[in-house]
Amino acid sequence: MRLPLGLALALLLTIGAACRNAAPPAPARAQRIVSLVPAVTEMLFAVGAGPQVVGVSSYDHFPPEVEKLPKVGALIDPDTERILSLRPDLVIVYGSQTDTEARFKKAGIRIFNYRHGVTDAILGTLDTITALGAATGHEAQAREVVVRMTTGLDRVRMRVAGLSRPRTMLVIGRQPGTLQGIYVAGGSGFLNEMLEISGGQNVFEDLKREAVQPSSETLLRRAPDVLIELRAPQPAGDYPAGDLGVWNTLASIPAVRDHRVHLLVGDFVVVAGPRLAEGAEAIARTLHPDAFK
Amino acid sequence: MIVDGAAPSALHPPLAPARPIRTRLVLTVAGFGALTLVTCVLAPLVGSSSINLRRALDTSIPFAVNVDAQILFIARLPRVLAGALVGAALASSGVVFQALLRNPLATPFTLGVSAGASLGAMLVIILGGTLAVGPWSPVPAASLAGAGIAAAIVYGLANGPRRVMSTTVLLLAGVTLNAFFSALILFVQYLADFAEVYRATRWLMGDLDVGGFDPIVAALPLIVVATVIFARLPAALNLMGVDPDSASSRGVDVPGTQRWAFFSASLATSAAVALAGPIGFIGIVVPHLVRLLVGVDHRIVLPASALFGATFLVLCDLLARTLLAPVEIPVGVVTAIVGGPFFLWLLVREA
Repeated sequence: MRLPLGLALALLLTIGAACRNAAPPAPARAQRIVSLVPAVTEMLFAVGAGPQVVGVSSYDHFPPEVEKLPKVGALIDPDTERILSLRPDLVIVYGSQTDTEARFKKAGIRIFNYRHGVTDAILGTLDTITALGAATGHEAQAREVVVRMTTGLDRVRMRVAGLSRPRTMLVIGRQPGTLQGIYVAGGSGFLNEMLEISGGQNVFEDLKREAVQPSSETLLRRAPDVLIELRAPQPAGDYPAGDLGVWNTLASIPAVRDHRVHLLVGDFVVVAGPRLAEGAEAIARTLHPDAFK
Repeated sequence: MIVDGAAPSALHPPLAPARPIRTRLVLTVAGFGALTLVTCVLAPLVGSSSINLRRALDTSIPFAVNVDAQILFIARLPRVLAGALVGAALASSGVVFQALLRNPLATPFTLGVSAGASLGAMLVIILGGTLAVGPWSPVPAASLAGAGIAAAIVYGLANGPRRVMSTTVLLLAGVTLNAFFSALILFVQYLADFAEVYRATRWLMGDLDVGGFDPIVAALPLIVVATVIFARLPAALNLMGVDPDSASSRGVDVPGTQRWAFFSASLATSAAVALAGPIGFIGIVVPHLVRLLVGVDHRIVLPASALFGATFLVLCDLLARTLLAPVEIPVGVVTAIVGGPFFLWLLVREA
């Protein structure tokens, strides 16, 4: 039932201005953190600030530890009372939650303003991790995470260096059992950047938005060589097995003709968080299976 | 309201029409039919990209590798056909609901059928149902079920155990149910995650890109059944439009006609919404425009509205898929932007 926020925001922010993370002021080490942003929760745990997290959004499912934490609402329904009762000294909010932000500032609680990057999105994620490390007193671990991610991404880059770049389409949404309501990754945002790193060329590169809804005519015309559907693990029942067969209708698409329609399931391919390198590797393995033998 | 060409009667001699009804019907259907035909033939030739028609129709190239043929036969023709069917279904349902409720502001969506359909679709989109029913994929199947439940509730409320159908109760119950389902839709969306909310909202804007003939084949039988019933209604609707009591005294089976009108218009609306989502404005703009052109006789208005509704929606969808290509404009947004101001102009002009 729930897709991770990375994808959700990717869809919501299609007409968003390019923004970067605002570093929080006065980095005193936060001891009680409430995160309304699942991607940030994941980053907090990655930099070792997990034990300091006392509350998470209702959409948080990763890492598994968050299931035990109080859920305090999310983008549209943050439960101010609940959050205050957790006595946080740092609340992580979305850049657009200005009312919430003002409320906590009034209560003297520090705010970390998360902005989902559209241009240089991966760099933005790395910056956010660094800033979170500073805000929570885990600078060194944050640096380690950033290095691990950068090396991971570089490793993928090197694996596919010099290989031909198949024209690829990343499908991020589709009405089950039909070719209707199709959403694909456009030419901005972290999915496009991940595809680039994985040695693929986005057939919708020219459309500078995070998500595009193409018609079947546009799909046929763009004729991708590889088609990858990215899905969050939940909802499990959303797409029955064999559902990829509906693509056979569009037989002239090279990806369909050459049996290069693939499915990648997992949060790591749809959340702009610490597992970006794993996501990029999964895409690269799909695009260039021979390079990983 | 003047009922032009109503059934003759000793007490109420018909107003003498300029031409006999049969001639007018033939002329109107021929005129509107030609317009629809031209639109439906020309619309598939235009799109977000250009195709080579000769290549598209060249059978010596295997279909699997013929992009032009696939664009024509998979992307464009089903879309135009879906547009024509949905447009015709919604426009004629609009006419029937306006006559049944004796309210010029009635639309196919007034009685909550589309809100029920939308709630069904929302639930499947958000909860992720996978149950395909025969030729219907999960979302349209749930939408049909929702429409059926809504129609059954409204019908049940309007037909008490000891009374005949009351169009007043029908209207009030329908409007209330519409609001109630709309509130449930908001609630379901509020509980859902952003991505599903986005998909669900997009569904509400309508989409004719059905990606093949299968969804059309699934919807067609329902629309055909509704059309067969529609064809038997106009004369009775004409008389009931003036006054149900006098219609009754002239031998019209008023409760029967009301039941069939409600059933057929709800059926056509459900099929149209299941196929393409709730595309607004057609059901109100088209009937009123057609009445301006051909008068108020339902024997003429109904077929003319069906044909003009088809033309109107196919043209709106043509704009939807070409104006910002390769990005699409939701077709419901186009019908609203074209239809809204036009309808306001009609209102002011008629007042």
